[in-house]
Amino acid sequence: MTEIVRIENLHKSFGPLEVLKGIDLTVDSGETVVLLGSSGSGKSTLLRCVNFMETPSEGQVSLHGELVGSENNGGMQYRERELCKLRTRIGMVFQHFNLFPHMTVLGNVMEGQVTVLGRSKPEAEDKARQQLERVGLADKAEEYPARLSGGQKQRVAIARALAMDPDVMLFDEVTSALDPELVGEVLKTMRQLAEEGMTMLVVTHELGFAYHVANRVLFLHEGTILEQGEPQKVLKDPETTRMREFLEGHSLFKLPD
Amino acid sequence: MQHTWDFATIFQNWEVLWVGLKGTVVMFLVTVVLGLSGGLVVGMGRYAQNSALRWPATAFVEIFRNTPVLVQIIWFYYAFPILTGIEVNPFLAAVLGISLNTMAFSAEIYRAGIQSIEPGQWEAGKAIGMTYGQTLRRIIMPVAIKRILPALTNRGIEVFKMSTLASVVAYVETLNQAKLIADLNFNPIESYTAVALIFFVVLYPVVQATYALERTLRKSD
Ligand SMILES: Nc1ncnc2c1ncn2[C@@H]1O[C@H](COP(=O)(O)OP(=O)(O)OP(=O)(O)O)[C@@H](O)[C@H]1O
Ligand SMILES: [Mg+2]
Repeated sequence: MTEIVRIENLHKSFGPLEVLKGIDLTVDSGETVVLLGSSGSGKSTLLRCVNFMETPSEGQVSLHGELVGSENNGGMQYRERELCKLRTRIGMVFQHFNLFPHMTVLGNVMEGQVTVLGRSKPEAEDKARQQLERVGLADKAEEYPARLSGGQKQRVAIARALAMDPDVMLFDEVTSALDPELVGEVLKTMRQLAEEGMTMLVVTHELGFAYHVANRVLFLHEGTILEQGEPQKVLKDPETTRMREFLEGHSLFKLPD
Repeated sequence: MQHTWDFATIFQNWEVLWVGLKGTVVMFLVTVVLGLSGGLVVGMGRYAQNSALRWPATAFVEIFRNTPVLVQIIWFYYAFPILTGIEVNPFLAAVLGISLNTMAFSAEIYRAGIQSIEPGQWEAGKAIGMTYGQTLRRIIMPVAIKRILPALTNRGIEVFKMSTLASVVAYVETLNQAKLIADLNFNPIESYTAVALIFFVVLYPVVQATYALERTLRKSD
């Protein structure tokens, strides 16, 4: 298995508050890893340290075996140029979509390709249409985001990230802002991506998705990984009381027998 | 008191006023371009993460927003040369006073406009690998400018009227020329009324156009 993301001894503090207290994690090519944890446990922060939306306070991140940044008397040093380049290789999808309102759906999916990767417009448009096809929205290419449903917006956001040909995709509670009846279409798209072999790191409260799609589930608690393993094991027969309490809090989740 | 209006002398001297109007337009064009473009730079400084940029930008805005333009023009004309030994002509003194003041006011307009954009837009740009500048130019400004434009056109109209302040250092513009006519012909009432009329005739259509612009912007939102 090729290793895509490697995180070693990751710490992150905001002022006096230490949110991540030493995380070690590797994600292999084609793997879908789901991060669970209660609110404030540091899930988003962990995800945002992978693509350096937040700069780690300590520890190292590597992509494809290449260390991000350079070591400099004990600490790490990052150059903005290097981080921009890194982010083109890591797709991120947000809870609130964050589509560009002044561009059409097609424009949204082309933007990064043209402005950042320097692809020609026809090439970017081709690619954008392929990705929209992939998320089932080929017919919405000319619409503006304001005219789309939440589920459609989120699928456009996924297409926008995919168009950059990322090595790994990060999803941060991408269904939490959706009406319940729209959650399914987004989860279906994500499942399809996983089956196509995309490497994914997913923060979600959808335990059904974790159970059926994840290769591995991690349970984050107060900034450390408290438990991890195959979903069938971790979700059905957790070792820690914390994890058990967390699962009981999700009464909507019914495990198939 | 009885006053018999007589605009004949004004019409006879139309060329004097015409020269003044040209001076007004030149002053307006120079100060509006310097003021609004410089304001964007200062506004970005106000918004910067780096306090070495933020602090001077803030000081600049506060100094020029909280002092009268008239005093700034006089200061640049009379005080600045004494302090520095650099000659300042009326045109330059007025340009400095009006455009620095406009920079300070428009900086606040830009800053407020940019800050009104949801932080998620910056995040989305950053996440696909855009630099700060690319995100600003491609993602933030196209949306912010629509919200900013009405305030910016208002500023432009103010700048046009502020040009009359340049008469205090005898820069040749409309009010200065009207004063000339008034002094020679003893008709201050007609002369200054003429200045007001000229400004009204120029600005009224412009203001109507900005209303129309605001309506279209609101619709396209
Ligand atoms: N930029 C920031 N500045 C200061 N504190 C922050 C910042 N971002 C996150 N935090 C704090 O770090 C802690 C972990 O936040 P994080 O968003 O990672 O949690 P989470 O597990 O994603 O929670 P949720 O399920 O609510 O999204 C919280 O206490 C939060 O208030
Ligand atoms: Mg979160």
